[in-house]
Amino acid sequence: MSWKRIKIGKEEFEIPAGYYYLIVFGILLVIVGITIFMSFYTVDANEVGVVLRFGKFQKITYPGLHLKLPWGIDKVYTVKVDYQYKEEFGFRTVRPGVKTQYNVGSYTSESWMLTGDLNIADVKWVVQYKIKDAFKFLFRVRNVSESIRDVAEAAMRLVVGDRSFHEVLQSDRIEIANLVRDYMQKTLDLYDAGIDVQLVQLKDVHPPDPVRDSFNEVNRAKQEQERMVNEAMQVYNREIYRVEGEADRLIREAEGYRINRINRAKGEAALFNAVFNEYLKAKEVTKKRLYLETIEDILSKVKRKYIIDKDLQNVLPLLNLQSKERVK
Amino acid sequence: MKGKVIASLIIMAVVIFLLAESIFILDETQQAIITQFGKPVGGAIRNAGVHFKMPFIQKVIVFDKRLLEWDGEPQEIPTKDNKFIKIDTFARWRIIDPLAFYKSVRTEAVAQSRLDDILDGTIRDEIANRALQEIVRNSDRPMVIPEIEQEVKSEADTLSWREVMIPGAREEIAKNILDNVKKKLEELKLGIEVVDLKFKRIDYNPKVQEKVFERMISEQKRIAEKYRAIGQGEKQRILGKQDQKKKEILSEAYRKAQEIRGQADAEATKIYAEAYNKSPESRKFYEFIKTLETYKAIFDTSTTMILSTDNELLKYIKATK
Repeated sequence: MSWKRIKIGKEEFEIPAGYYYLIVFGILLVIVGITIFMSFYTVDANEVGVVLRFGKFQKITYPGLHLKLPWGIDKVYTVKVDYQYKEEFGFRTVRPGVKTQYNVGSYTSESWMLTGDLNIADVKWVVQYKIKDAFKFLFRVRNVSESIRDVAEAAMRLVVGDRSFHEVLQSDRIEIANLVRDYMQKTLDLYDAGIDVQLVQLKDVHPPDPVRDSFNEVNRAKQEQERMVNEAMQVYNREIYRVEGEADRLIREAEGYRINRINRAKGEAALFNAVFNEYLKAKEVTKKRLYLETIEDILSKVKRKYIIDKDLQNVLPLLNLQSKERVK
Repeated sequence: MKGKVIASLIIMAVVIFLLAESIFILDETQQAIITQFGKPVGGAIRNAGVHFKMPFIQKVIVFDKRLLEWDGEPQEIPTKDNKFIKIDTFARWRIIDPLAFYKSVRTEAVAQSRLDDILDGTIRDEIANRALQEIVRNSDRPMVIPEIEQEVKSEADTLSWREVMIPGAREEIAKNILDNVKKKLEELKLGIEVVDLKFKRIDYNPKVQEKVFERMISEQKRIAEKYRAIGQGEKQRILGKQDQKKKEILSEAYRKAQEIRGQADAEATKIYAEAYNKSPESRKFYEFIKTLETYKAIFDTSTTMILSTDNELLKYIKATK
């Protein structure tokens, strides 16, 4: 049994030679193990790997298990190329989920911007992008996400600055989003950032808080105007219906009058003709009879009658010509 | 035996040290120059990978090869039309000539501050020569502004219409600044290229902003009033129309009714005439009957009647005498 002397610090140990080789073997095993471990890497499903050998770009690798040279010779950067990145402007999502919470607190410096007619609009928007070129994304631009934010703000303000407040708030929302997207893409391509701007979406666009009440007031006034018109139209329709009915009534009444009048005329004419025909048969008698019947009728109705001799003079002063009722 | 091991270990260490001193690695984001006793030698090294230098006497100075950010402090600048705006600009630049860069500014921090000076000055010069509208807008694209707002604006004269219609030149202004900056950088030989320059934010200064808000509020109030007035007007118009229509309908109906009545009267008259006007005999008879009827109508219970004895009716009373 041979012994090996080992010096660790000031202490000296003697250990059996077999152990010594065991330890050396163990150390070698650990080194080899680490080396093997360092030679493998995985690329996840939505990623690519960018391999640099001695700092120089070597290749792009795709999802799966891969080999590389260990000990810092090969460096691998993984980049999520399928991931949709999102940048928010004018607000921040605090907690995404079914009921997403937003913090809209004080990002007015981001969201307030000048419109072409020199008003101020409050615009909140979202930019979604993907990394289309992992190599460029990693090595061409320092701080890509800051560039994206800067360019997005510049683009939005450029486009909004060329539009009236009214257009920004109402009519041109989609056009604005598209123009911003195109402008961002153009600029980021100029930077060679390897970014694909997928979507620019305007979220909330409204007047800034300090003036919001007055805009609501206008909306109320608009509604009031509509209401007034509607009410007036209601009255109008009601009245016109009524009047149309009234007009119809007038005409129908006239029609009634006409029928009444003609029938009466016909009746009376028929009566006259009948009486006249009889009259023709016995003129004198009929005439006398009609006359006497009438006189009878009249005199039976008249209450006060005076019969005065034709020779009597000055009869009037004797008579009280007033009726009794009147005297009382 | 032991001495040999130690000697070989020392040699190995020396070799590794020498190698480390003469080999350097640049990655894809880096570029470098080599200096010898502080003086640059050779050209710039721009490729990534393994490179060599003389150990000890030569030093490697590494620079960033990527596009770098420059974000200026927001500046308050009066425009040509004397409006104070706060303008926030950013630029992107890169080191294109590491040698010149090293000679003139040495570090990125120094470069940033040089850029501050050059960019801020150039921006100020250009902005001061432009009207606010030119800076805010980018084209002469006609803007849609609701009529009611235009009316209110022109009535209140809060913003002259001509001013709004100045064609914008936002990108052109940025490009002018960029061109001037490029020119200056070329003259200064800083080894820097500014790739892009944009206005991130253009805002009113806080005091002006307050005034703008006040103006917007008063405009909105006037617009609201206008809507209300229009509503009232519409209402009156509708009510007037209603009155007109009502009269139209009723008078038309009256006309028709009177026509019908007239026709009726005419027809009745014709019928009567046909009956009564057949012959002189019938005319006379009609007169007789009608007179009798009239008598019936005019005498009633309140009538006092004085009859003379020579009245036709009473002739028999006399006769008895």
